[in-house]
Amino acid sequence: MSELRQDHAVTKSELIDNIARKQPQLAYKDVELAVKTIIEQMTQALASGRRIEIRGFGSFSLHFRPARMGRNPKTGEPVPLPAKYVPHFKPGKELRRRVDEAWQKERAAREERGTARASLD
Amino acid sequence: MALTKAEMAEVLFLELGLNKREAKELVDQFFEEIRCALEQGDNVKLSGFGNFVLRDKNERPGRNPKTGEEIPISARRVVTFRPGQKLKARVEAYAGSESGTAGD
Repeated sequence: MSELRQDHAVTKSELIDNIARKQPQLAYKDVELAVKTIIEQMTQALASGRRIEIRGFGSFSLHFRPARMGRNPKTGEPVPLPAKYVPHFKPGKELRRRVDEAWQKERAAREERGTARASLD
Repeated sequence: MALTKAEMAEVLFLELGLNKREAKELVDQFFEEIRCALEQGDNVKLSGFGNFVLRDKNERPGRNPKTGEEIPISARRVVTFRPGQKLKARVEAYAGSESGTAGD
């Protein structure tokens, strides 16, 4: 049932298929190349320390991680780990709202089915 | 300056030869497809870049930071992002020059 889709994930190639279906005037190859180019631009931007800002979707930035002492998991020997940056995503308002509203609706519907079944017992 | 949809569309126009309208629509559609998938309860995996993962949070006690008043934070579904190995490796190599816009 629909509750069991929990683990399903949409992949890059499915995303390309979906976009291609909605843009029939474009060749599939062009859509594929466009999606790969967009992702490469995003990677490149972050790799050069730039932020990404997409209104209604969210923003990507880099967070600093200071140097620390780590440990070699095999020998237990301490290893110095240098400072680094890690990518960070902050979802935008519209994305947050849409995802949460859809889930709240789904929960309310499930709740209703649950009480309907209980009253039949 | 931050990377925006306008700049992404410009690159599709210059490098792929899409016309400006098509380029703009494609960029819009790309982010809309990701939003739709997440809205439907599906995670999104962009190999090499990272995964958008949904997390369901239970209600938990919270506090108004200004007044100190206790208010519960309601149960909610949130989107998280887990960067992929390739993206992490490329970002890690960034030396963090003073011209960068990185930081919290």
